[in-house]
Amino acid sequence: MASEPHHWRGTEPRRVLAPDGSLVGDPDVGLGPDDLRAMLRFMLLARRLDRECIALQRQGELTVYPGFEGQEAAQVGSAMALGPDDFVFPTFRELAAALVRGVDPVQYLAYHRGTWHGGPYDPRATRFGPICIPVATQIVHGVGYAMGLALDGVRACSLAYFGDGSTSEGDFHEAANLAGVFGAPTVLFCQNNGWAISVPTARQTAGEIWKRAEGYGFPGIRVDGNDVLAVYRETREAAARAYAGEGPTLIEALTYRVGAHSTADDPGRYRGEDEVSDARGFDPIARFRSWLLAAGHIDDDLLAGWEAEIEEQVLTIREGVIAQPPPPVEWMFDWTYADPPSALAVQRSEVLGG
Amino acid sequence: MATTVKLDAGAAGHGAEPRGKRDDDGQATYLIAIAEALWEEMERDERVYMLGEDIGAYGGAFKVTEGFLDRFGSGRVIDTPIAEETIVGMAVGSAMEGLRPVAEFQYADFMSSGFDSIATVLGRYHYRSGVPLPVVLRGPSGGYVRASSFHSVNPEPWFAYGGGIKIVAPAFPADAKGLMKSAVRDDNPVLYLEHKWIYRRIKETVPTDPDFLVPIGEAAVKREGTDVSIITSGALVHKSLEAAENLAQRGVSAEVVDLRTIVPIDEETVLNSIAKTSRALVVSESYRFVGIGAEVGATIAEKAFEHLDAPVTRLSPPNMPVPFSPTLEDAFLPQVADIERAVEELSAW
Repeated sequence: MASEPHHWRGTEPRRVLAPDGSLVGDPDVGLGPDDLRAMLRFMLLARRLDRECIALQRQGELTVYPGFEGQEAAQVGSAMALGPDDFVFPTFRELAAALVRGVDPVQYLAYHRGTWHGGPYDPRATRFGPICIPVATQIVHGVGYAMGLALDGVRACSLAYFGDGSTSEGDFHEAANLAGVFGAPTVLFCQNNGWAISVPTARQTAGEIWKRAEGYGFPGIRVDGNDVLAVYRETREAAARAYAGEGPTLIEALTYRVGAHSTADDPGRYRGEDEVSDARGFDPIARFRSWLLAAGHIDDDLLAGWEAEIEEQVLTIREGVIAQPPPPVEWMFDWTYADPPSALAVQRSEVLGG
Repeated sequence: MATTVKLDAGAAGHGAEPRGKRDDDGQATYLIAIAEALWEEMERDERVYMLGEDIGAYGGAFKVTEGFLDRFGSGRVIDTPIAEETIVGMAVGSAMEGLRPVAEFQYADFMSSGFDSIATVLGRYHYRSGVPLPVVLRGPSGGYVRASSFHSVNPEPWFAYGGGIKIVAPAFPADAKGLMKSAVRDDNPVLYLEHKWIYRRIKETVPTDPDFLVPIGEAAVKREGTDVSIITSGALVHKSLEAAENLAQRGVSAEVVDLRTIVPIDEETVLNSIAKTSRALVVSESYRFVGIGAEVGATIAEKAFEHLDAPVTRLSPPNMPVPFSPTLEDAFLPQVADIERAVEELSAW
């Protein structure tokens, strides 16, 4: 048996499925067979698309791309647990969650192609925020949004994704403290994938991330982030607490970044191949697929059909991405302000001429 | 004489490629020159240490600190958690204790995450306490590398404004080395901005004398001319030199002044150039409104009025985020052709 990723040590995470796909908890997480199948299909699509995006970057069609292979369960499980009125604040590594939330992947990938302006998708319509580059800032936005929901009396919550590295930023502390003080209906969802570029989790924090919640006065949960059923259940319960006015929850989902930090990274500089091949032994897709097969929810024919469909789907996305032309120059002036001031017109004519 | 290395655009240069070595003939890129300066200063003074994100095994976002961990150990090459405010705060505290910290920001853009610690703590510490803080904050600055609005900013005006901090922004490898060594030896906080477009593109013969210093606060005339003065810094020095070369073939003689230091500005060298040419084109990568070019232009208008034969002209990006799209970034940032056009308009006066 391969050894667990380094950052999984300590408190045993909550699980429904063991890494080998065997059942260790109640599989009834509130999802019927159709939803369970949809969950796996999203994970398969996400992985195939993620690999395609890396290929697109290598082919010069995307400028830079941060892969998420290995984190499909953490993203798909948590995103599927949210209701239509809930709002997601992503980092820059949540394409799988975006797919679940119904964000058009071609529009999403405009960020990585550099063709976006004024928002490639409408965050208000998709209830999925713009991808966030400044580390950890989105956690505070999630809390602020949740406080808005509470003030408006809307029965919904926000969920902010962030990584283990983000918990070192002051923004994490300030967001968590604020959420605790105001009892904000929010879920602070940490995908602890073991690496912040070259720095391992142990060099970000000497303790366990989920335990910090106690100091802020709300529940903290450690879940196996590669167990999609457990992720779904814990996120669903956290959202239910938020809807019921019981305040925030911090979820630490233990997962692993199998690939590089981004297409500009070379992880060979700071971690060994053994660690990565060991981590592949805890693959979230293999685990869930194995259980679904054993439970009789899927069979090989269905999987083969999906594979062909997903190939087709990813090809369509690929073509859509490549078809995006560079934006016209005047767009940068059109989108800088909601209502462009006259001073900008002067600068516009200096750049565009005339 | 500096030479330009052809590089493909893309991904900001951040990444896997190693820092490289000097050529057999002793030429060093800007990236290597900065690393040499840091290495020599760490060898010279054991109180000098580095801190930052991914500077150890990874060698820094652009590989400036590659090999430093092996030579100087994790006590002097410290990979910090992701916490920019804390990196600056730790530099302040350890400088109080007598160390000489050199902190790396992966991109100069991220200095905004440590803004309070830089602007209101670091910049005012000596004023409030009389305690000198020999802190260097390094950050890759500027655009032209298709790196989006989050990795392309020129932050000079943010920190030039409040006083208490020196800002250097070299354009050539030798200047980069000499200024880095001066920055490390300076008893004031110094913001050292490394232009990421220059890192691997420009190389030249760089002095090996361990005490080779370029003084902070001195500009340099990089090309003599008689018709128009181009006052600039960073990557735009190279764009201006290229423009000047093209203009010379059309009979226009442009002088190129490389500020090298943004705070304090070397007014004397700038004004001497204007006295000679009577025409000023200020080319800056900081925004036009309230940018460094506005300040330099105002200084010329105020102090060289009697020499001027034409209005002081500025060339700077409009006040908005740096676009990601190559097409838009090209339109946004001053280009060689823009500089040529502006010089020709000025020389026609």
